[in-house]
Amino acid sequence: MKLPDGLPENVFYAIAAIYGLLIVASIISAVMKRASPGEGTAELSRRVTSWWFMITIFTIAIVTNRVVSTVFLGFMTFLAFKEYLSLIPTRRVDRIILLFAYLAIPVQFTFAHFNSYGLFLTFIPVWAFLFFPMAMTLIGRTDGFLRAVGTISWGMMITVFALSHTAMLLATDPAIAGPAGGAGLLLFLVALTQFNDVAQFTWGKLFGKHKIVPKVSPKKTWEGFLGGFVSTIALAAFAGPYLTPMSAQYAAVAGAIIAISGFLGDITISAFKRDLGVKDSGGLIPGHGGILDRVDSLTYAAPVFYHAMHFFVFSGRI
Amino acid sequence: MKRFLQLAFFTLIVRPVLLIILGMNVRGREHLPEKGPAVIVANHNSHLDTLTLMALFPLKDLHRLRPAAAADYFLANKWMSWIASNLINIIPLARGGVRKNPLADLEAALDRDEILILFPEGSRGNPEQRAEFKRGVAFLAKARPDVPVYPVFMHGLGKALPKGSMILVPFNCDVIAGAPIRWAGDTSSFMAALEICMNGLAAQGKFQPWE
Repeated sequence: MKLPDGLPENVFYAIAAIYGLLIVASIISAVMKRASPGEGTAELSRRVTSWWFMITIFTIAIVTNRVVSTVFLGFMTFLAFKEYLSLIPTRRVDRIILLFAYLAIPVQFTFAHFNSYGLFLTFIPVWAFLFFPMAMTLIGRTDGFLRAVGTISWGMMITVFALSHTAMLLATDPAIAGPAGGAGLLLFLVALTQFNDVAQFTWGKLFGKHKIVPKVSPKKTWEGFLGGFVSTIALAAFAGPYLTPMSAQYAAVAGAIIAISGFLGDITISAFKRDLGVKDSGGLIPGHGGILDRVDSLTYAAPVFYHAMHFFVFSGRI
Repeated sequence: MKRFLQLAFFTLIVRPVLLIILGMNVRGREHLPEKGPAVIVANHNSHLDTLTLMALFPLKDLHRLRPAAAADYFLANKWMSWIASNLINIIPLARGGVRKNPLADLEAALDRDEILILFPEGSRGNPEQRAEFKRGVAFLAKARPDVPVYPVFMHGLGKALPKGSMILVPFNCDVIAGAPIRWAGDTSSFMAALEICMNGLAAQGKFQPWE
């Protein structure tokens, strides 16, 4: 079959499988809504509807071509960073600084697009890290300096730098990217991260009892986490050989890495939101909140998964 | 022609900018009036306030929206004046002048079933800081006691484009609309009711300091 821009066939089948899952989820949600109408099931139904939109937009973005995919990932990052900057306290004098911070996004994603590992890796942790405090020093207002430097730097790292690893994954050299190319790797990461979120949520709803970090995220339980962990490993072992250069055993380890780092990303963003006293980072996605609420797990899972792949798999160590 | 220009301006420029570059969190949209006559009253932080409020309404109602704006500022030069009268469709108000009834144009607009947009703080002032509402809105409510007055609280646009800046910096903005109030018999109780509404709307959001 001829697919756009040489899109690997396995990516196509994986997307078809995701839509299959979505249809099953929609049916379950509709049955539940009929059985017990109320705010709980209405919320579930809104979430599932939003999934249709998100998965469709994501699918269009990754099947069109790699430039479109990278621009799309950059735009998602822009939305997440914008939510972050809109929630935190900022200083009036830093408006221009924030504009430059936004401009780091296209630069970072360009480095990712051309797979320039060195620039990609240093641009934000080294150059932006040094540039912004310097520019703020030259502006000359010192009260609130440390808070402003700290919040802007952390925000750039947790959104722009962390999420740009998705574009870096997409740009992986086809010779080492496995049977489904960079698109397959990206799909593996994103689908498993989101699947892990849903699985943790579902297992937690069904069997959740023992809280993990009650002060940060009271709904997160060991039962939910472990249920999600096992489900994600199982799915990763199954999908890995089709979407990545890994065999089932190593893909299972990758699944474990995604489940753990995804969970950590989720609660880290929760801690940030709780500090600011907000429940959702925005209102863009009905039933989910903002973009940052949706990509919270990815802020940890994307860099951890990418660098694990880079060190062990792309290098040929395993 | 004027209607077409205004439609094109809002469809091609205002809405995409508000949606993509800024991002709107709108709460209480269901409170907004579906038809005139009505008065929208909002706090004022930025030039974007007017455009944002206008963008909340369906495009078919665009020509019925009439922001009241200071004549000395908006009609000061040719370009500004063209934009203000053709694209925004303002009702110019004379500031500080002595006229028999300074609200006559506004009352006439309400009599034509239009929806007025007023910023009773007067000027944009210090961005993201509420200033006291001027009493003109109460006099208007008194003159047309059946017309509902809709309070709207806005946050964030003053961060994106404050007074004195030409550079737009992306920020998510919050628009919180409330249930309408009506003239209740005297000016100070009307102003107090409006103040309570605005405080209530502002308290729905959790906004960090910006100084």
